[in-house]
Amino acid sequence: MTTSNSVSDRGASRTITLHVNGKTCLGHAEPRVNLVDFLRGELKLTGTHVGCEHGVCGACTILVDGVSARGCLMLAVQADGANISTVEGLAASDGTFHPLQQAFHELHALQCGFCTPGILMSAAELLANNSVPDEQTVREMLSGHLCRCTGYTNIVTAVLRAAALLRGE
Amino acid sequence: MKAPAFDYLAPTTLEQALGYLSEVEGARVLAGGQSLMAMLNMRYAFPDCLIDINRISALSYIRESGGLLEFGSMTRQRDVEFSALVAERLPLLKEAVLNVGHRQTRNRGTVGGSLCQLDPSAEIPTIAMAMDAQVFVASVRGRRTIAMADFPAGYMDPALEPDEMLVGVGFEPWPEGHGHAFVEFSRRHGDFAVVSAAVLLLFGADDLLSRVSITLGGVAAAPVRMTMAENALLQTRCAPADLARAAAVCGTVEATSDSYVPGWYRQHLAGVLSQRALNIALERARKK
Repeated sequence: MTTSNSVSDRGASRTITLHVNGKTCLGHAEPRVNLVDFLRGELKLTGTHVGCEHGVCGACTILVDGVSARGCLMLAVQADGANISTVEGLAASDGTFHPLQQAFHELHALQCGFCTPGILMSAAELLANNSVPDEQTVREMLSGHLCRCTGYTNIVTAVLRAAALLRGE
Repeated sequence: MKAPAFDYLAPTTLEQALGYLSEVEGARVLAGGQSLMAMLNMRYAFPDCLIDINRISALSYIRESGGLLEFGSMTRQRDVEFSALVAERLPLLKEAVLNVGHRQTRNRGTVGGSLCQLDPSAEIPTIAMAMDAQVFVASVRGRRTIAMADFPAGYMDPALEPDEMLVGVGFEPWPEGHGHAFVEFSRRHGDFAVVSAAVLLLFGADDLLSRVSITLGGVAAAPVRMTMAENALLQTRCAPADLARAAAVCGTVEATSDSYVPGWYRQHLAGVLSQRALNIALERARKK
């Protein structure tokens, strides 16, 4: 392949300001850089994982202005000014687990952990909008994620447990 | 993989966007990005420039206008899913949209994006075909309306001029008391349908079927209306034999083969799924 001169001025880097887990962050990215690569490469927030890069596996799921989205199917420039929540924002500043993390830990809802950050964010969105989800609702949420080691049963149980923990039960 | 280099414009008004679209060569409109971003990442698409219409808030709405329920091209699939108006007036669309991808992709995926992507298995184009939707497009040269039947120019190819953009779509709700059903077969919930069937039934005053719509998704280059099956049902009382006859016609649809699914299997599914959809729609229809 030859290096094309026609792209030399195309897609010059831009400054992006966004709010990640409540903190204002500034970085630079070409338009072609997707949001998850920006979070990991530019902002060094490597908690969010990159899997398939075409929106199927769910590993890169984050919350954009409170709603779940694939970090690989959004450009970083599109997130300029947005509020982003990632797995790094779940635990308390002293390291205390979020009830979801606690439940995943206790119920063996992860093994290798590659898919976990995305699942935690989708589950966080679900529980923020529904404090008493039934099993079917959790399974539907989980249908947007692929896990290749533990299987899904423990994940479903853990999300239901986290919902109970959040209700103070 | 990573997307190729492209330029990026983010207009905030439709006029700006249409201006860019007419001036910038090799530009492509970016709506929700749930297909285009994947195509960029896999380097199936090489636009010189993306015109991102996500910041044009005027393109996001669900409203009643002149007997139609209209959606802006940037209306998110999640907004359709949770709209009380859609649930009440367009129950077929509501039922179908629950099968569009997953919650995480419906949050960003749009009505207009799905229509322009025009995947033959996609739910929203199938319902647009089933309901004879009107597609509203605009360019710097003006606006025009395209009947959904004329919108697919070919496989995943909407009948838009290079400087045109889909700005909205209008659905005419069927009268109260109509029956509806959308069923699809896919390997996993949220996957693209191998085949889908959408049915609408309306009984007249004499308890004979006065209106029928039967559409198959996933079988051909674009969703297809099964006119012969519809005609076989019109003016019947929808006895089991009538439904079976219509479903049998659906089972003879000319279906495409690909490396995953042979045509004969799609035909088989077309017969089975249309029968199921007819049964459900009949249960829901109210006889006068």
